Amino acid sequence: MSALALVAHQFRYDQKAFWRNPASVFFTVMFPVVLLLIFATVFGDETVDVNGGVKTTTYYVPAIITLSVIAATMQTLAMSLVIAREDGRLKRGRGTPMPSWVFIAGRIGNSIVVALIMMALIAAIGRVLYGVDFPWDRLPAIVVTLVVGAAAFCCLGIALTAAIPSQDAAAPIVNALLLPLYFLSGVFIPSDQLPSGVIHFADAFPVRHFFEAFFNAYVPTAGGGAGIEWGHLAILAVWGGAGLVLAARFFRWTPRGG
Amino acid sequence: MPEPVISIRGLRKSYGDFEAVRGVDLDVQPGEVFAFLGPNGAGKTTTVEILEGYRKRSGGEVTVLGLDPQRAGRAWRERIGIVLQSCRLDPYLTVRESLDLFAGYYSRPRPVDEVIGLIGLEGKADARTSGLSGGQQRRLDVGMALIGRPELLFLDEPTTGFDPSARRAAWDVIAGLRDLGVTVFLTTHYMDEAQRLADRVAIISRGEIVARGTPEDLGDRESRPATIAYRGPDGEVSLRTRTPVETLHELTGRALADGTRLEGLEVSRPSLEDIYLELTSEAAEE
Repeated sequence: MSALALVAHQFRYDQKAFWRNPASVFFTVMFPVVLLLIFATVFGDETVDVNGGVKTTTYYVPAIITLSVIAATMQTLAMSLVIAREDGRLKRGRGTPMPSWVFIAGRIGNSIVVALIMMALIAAIGRVLYGVDFPWDRLPAIVVTLVVGAAAFCCLGIALTAAIPSQDAAAPIVNALLLPLYFLSGVFIPSDQLPSGVIHFADAFPVRHFFEAFFNAYVPTAGGGAGIEWGHLAILAVWGGAGLVLAARFFRWTPRGG
Repeated sequence: MPEPVISIRGLRKSYGDFEAVRGVDLDVQPGEVFAFLGPNGAGKTTTVEILEGYRKRSGGEVTVLGLDPQRAGRAWRERIGIVLQSCRLDPYLTVRESLDLFAGYYSRPRPVDEVIGLIGLEGKADARTSGLSGGQQRRLDVGMALIGRPELLFLDEPTTGFDPSARRAAWDVIAGLRDLGVTVFLTTHYMDEAQRLADRVAIISRGEIVARGTPEDLGDRESRPATIAYRGPDGEVSLRTRTPVETLHELTGRALADGTRLEGLEVSRPSLEDIYLELTSEAAEE
């Protein structure tokens, strides 16, 4: 098989395993949908004072897409790679003629496809239930933001595996990092309700920058424009690059436990 | 004499101050089942993982299928199959899917159904691996190692922790590999497993080989003293002798002459298990 066919082969089985795994389907697919429904129901028709004032539902659609993309990439990769590593499956794969990068490429492909499906799903729910239009005229901005964000969070997820010692530790470590950042970055609580000190703190981490970039691509600002937030994307790219360097240096293929 | 499949000369491996492998020499010939036998911590897995290319050696020369595993690439990996000591399979894939996934890694794989037959999982082909017993999972693991048509198969403690019927089923699969012409390098800490499966055995203890040979003449079993036991008029008697034929002749001659009986007369050689325990404990006492 050519390298590309081999990646497609690996990807096909990663997809099967993903959709058959109740934990991954719940936390990556169901959880964001439930969150959107809850936030939209609880905060209803209030207005959020960002981008010249938007409805709460309009605010939460890109917010939950942001969360979904991070869940599909960083969270899914970190957890599934640690599980495969501790099961001995990464080591076993290294004993075959398959180049190691194919295994990682298959997993990244899986994450990106799930991220795209989740964006489509959340956008569709937003359109049908809450009348939030998908910004077709800003599709290039959406695509660019998604590509940079997904790539950065994939790299961070792979790097994070080096800090996770066991399968049991995977979910707590990933959630301990991401859940506070969702709160502090305006994903769960609208930015206009957060003290400026909190926002400044969140600015030090990639979740906030991805959210800002994606939000401004999704929700038109008063001034118009293409919606590509180059500043935020550049910071995301630096985070992703740092993740890549750490992953290349510290990623391990053999189980830590025994 | 054909070129050996595995050739090891003066192999050493240290972890810090600890020398796990201390000068091992071995040759494994094409088509044979070779058992590397030893207690836990003797250096078996370290050695096999050096042969598989997972670990770097500290010293000595190693050739596997004509190449140094430390420098061998994809073409070499096409020719070997590896079953690790512990590896859990993807629980969400079926038996058939797990084999098909691995088939994609090799350039000329065996048909999946043929491998399912080899490992005796015909009835479970479409079952998820999570629904298999431990023994069935291990057989699937062997199947995944066979799918690429390897010339050489590494099995690291393939039946540790199995119940007797699962062991027997795994043994049947491994014994069947001989018909495929696969050379097998097997590590185990079970004497009976080596005896049942292997053409030749090497016993390793504390990083050194303490005995080698066919399972029959391992540890020079023939020349070790035999034990003659019986109940005489004065109670239980047990004699150790290097000349059992002469001793027996003398004993039975005297018994016939005296008109006494040698109740429960028994002549025994040390079992392989005895020799194995003796050899590995001798080394441990050093």
